[in-house]
Amino acid sequence: MPLPENELIMTSQTIKSYRQLVARRFFWALFTASGLAIIIIIDILVGPAFLNVFDVLASLVLPKASVDPMVYVIVHSIRLPMTLMAILVGASLGIAGAQMQTILGNPLASPYTLGFSAAAGFGAAVVILFGLQLPLIPEFTVPVAAFLTASLACALVYGFAHVRGITSEIMILAGIATLFLFQSLQSLIQYLAAPEVLQEIVFWLFGSMLKATWFSVSVSGGILLISILLLARDSWKLTALRLGDERARSLGINVPRLRLKIFIIVSFLTAGAVAFVGTIGFVGLVAPHIARMLVGEDQRLFMPVSGIMGAIVMVGASIASKVISPGAVVPIGIVTAIVGVPFLFALILTGKKRHW
Amino acid sequence: MLNVTGLTVKYGSLSVITDLAFSLEPGSFTALLGANGTGKSSLLKGIAGVIPASGGVSLQDRKNLQPHQRGDSIAYMPQDTGATSSLTVIEVILLGRLRSLGMQVPRSLENEAISILSGFGLGALETRTLEEISGGQRQLVYLAQSLFRNPDILLLDEPTAALDLRHQLIVLDRVSSHCRKNGTIAIAAMHDLSLAAKCADRLICMSDGKIVADGKPTEVLSVSLIRDLYGVEADLVTGSNGILHITPLNAVELEKTVSPV
Repeated sequence: MPLPENELIMTSQTIKSYRQLVARRFFWALFTASGLAIIIIIDILVGPAFLNVFDVLASLVLPKASVDPMVYVIVHSIRLPMTLMAILVGASLGIAGAQMQTILGNPLASPYTLGFSAAAGFGAAVVILFGLQLPLIPEFTVPVAAFLTASLACALVYGFAHVRGITSEIMILAGIATLFLFQSLQSLIQYLAAPEVLQEIVFWLFGSMLKATWFSVSVSGGILLISILLLARDSWKLTALRLGDERARSLGINVPRLRLKIFIIVSFLTAGAVAFVGTIGFVGLVAPHIARMLVGEDQRLFMPVSGIMGAIVMVGASIASKVISPGAVVPIGIVTAIVGVPFLFALILTGKKRHW
Repeated sequence: MLNVTGLTVKYGSLSVITDLAFSLEPGSFTALLGANGTGKSSLLKGIAGVIPASGGVSLQDRKNLQPHQRGDSIAYMPQDTGATSSLTVIEVILLGRLRSLGMQVPRSLENEAISILSGFGLGALETRTLEEISGGQRQLVYLAQSLFRNPDILLLDEPTAALDLRHQLIVLDRVSSHCRKNGTIAIAAMHDLSLAAKCADRLICMSDGKIVADGKPTEVLSVSLIRDLYGVEADLVTGSNGILHITPLNAVELEKTVSPV
């Protein structure tokens, strides 16, 4: 049956404003991606050795033989791994936070607030305190321990939820209990540690990109890539979860199974990010909120923009950590909130809509 | 044809629906009546498979649909319109066809969603988020989403509870015409008896998790049934168009348990 004329006019107007909305969101996605590209270059430029932008760009795009060897070594062996690690850690934590907030239906959920980062910190602190070392690969002892304890925290939260029901309330409660447990254990270890060991533990807990190597970049990058591919397959189901459990179930989604699957992916994503660089707390909470303000909650854009925003905050923090104290690098975990909070407040104060 | 057999719903050890059985014809619109807590919502959720229920739900030649298979053919609209998010109205409608959605949404699907929205008078709201619209508008959006799914069975839990008088009539007219046109079977839990008598082909009345009356509105509704179901004295008048008008007068004590049919 053809639509009446006034309904046809309304429909064409509606289609027009819908297309404008889609275009606006794509613009924000491209804008944030371009912003990230610019600050990546700035981060590589900033450091004790003064490099100019042309040398940096040349060493990134030209063959090794045609670039100043010293510039090439500084860019490829020192600055690029640190910058890439900042991007990967920021993107991993941003996406992990976005999915935590989605599956738990809570704006305060993040890998940090559910205790995964604290667990990683505890694992690192234990091996530093007791001087434990893995055979053959001693330099990876701390990351492996951090990865394992972050995974243990995930198993703890999941085990508790499995017994009591995989609901968002139970998982948040179990996550907060896990956070306090591992923070207490961390404090206990710091209390017991000798001053020089304590200094080493505290430095790890602050989080630093100085620990980045091409190996850590490969591992974190691999985990991030696999996680994105797995999450993208469920992007519409995750979007539907924002309508509440009952409505998602009525759309044919097995909500507990989806929640469990995403929870496990997020755990690996977080563990892969914090194991190499230390406890970084603020990014996973704030990046999804900024992304939500810019592109809404359709996961096709929300997830990538959360990752981009996480990377922007981390790379921005990396620049700040080098600028604050010339000649030294302040641990990045200290400055992430200093960089991110003003940005978030500005968006909240200038935004017209509420987003949660 | 929808066949429900031996449907039982329990919350822990408490049985709220016991061994219910009925069949519904394609294209029919059935109103589910009964006082609060008599198991109407649980019956709808049990059929939809969103809560654990024993018994069978079969549809035409598809015998005993398992709960995870029901999302393809059954659209269930919960009573609660409170869940809010920053999803836009158009995204909510599109989610109705979850299985057809990929990284790229076909233009034809977007246009169909927009057309359904315009049909409900919601065209101007499509880029607003759920948080930015009223409870009644959210109810219309969820109803539009249910119709967008083009299901075999449409289960509506108090679909007009948050709507004004005009939209109550528009919504129920659209649902019944959608059913007739597409052969969809609709069941709606309702509290407005006059509206149910006007719009539904059949009434199923529930008390204590059992069916106590079942049939056409003019055959089923009576002063004594309303008193037994709701504990309310009411006037029943048949209008010139043959439709029953029910006016509640005053509340009385519920005296007896109604016998199942």
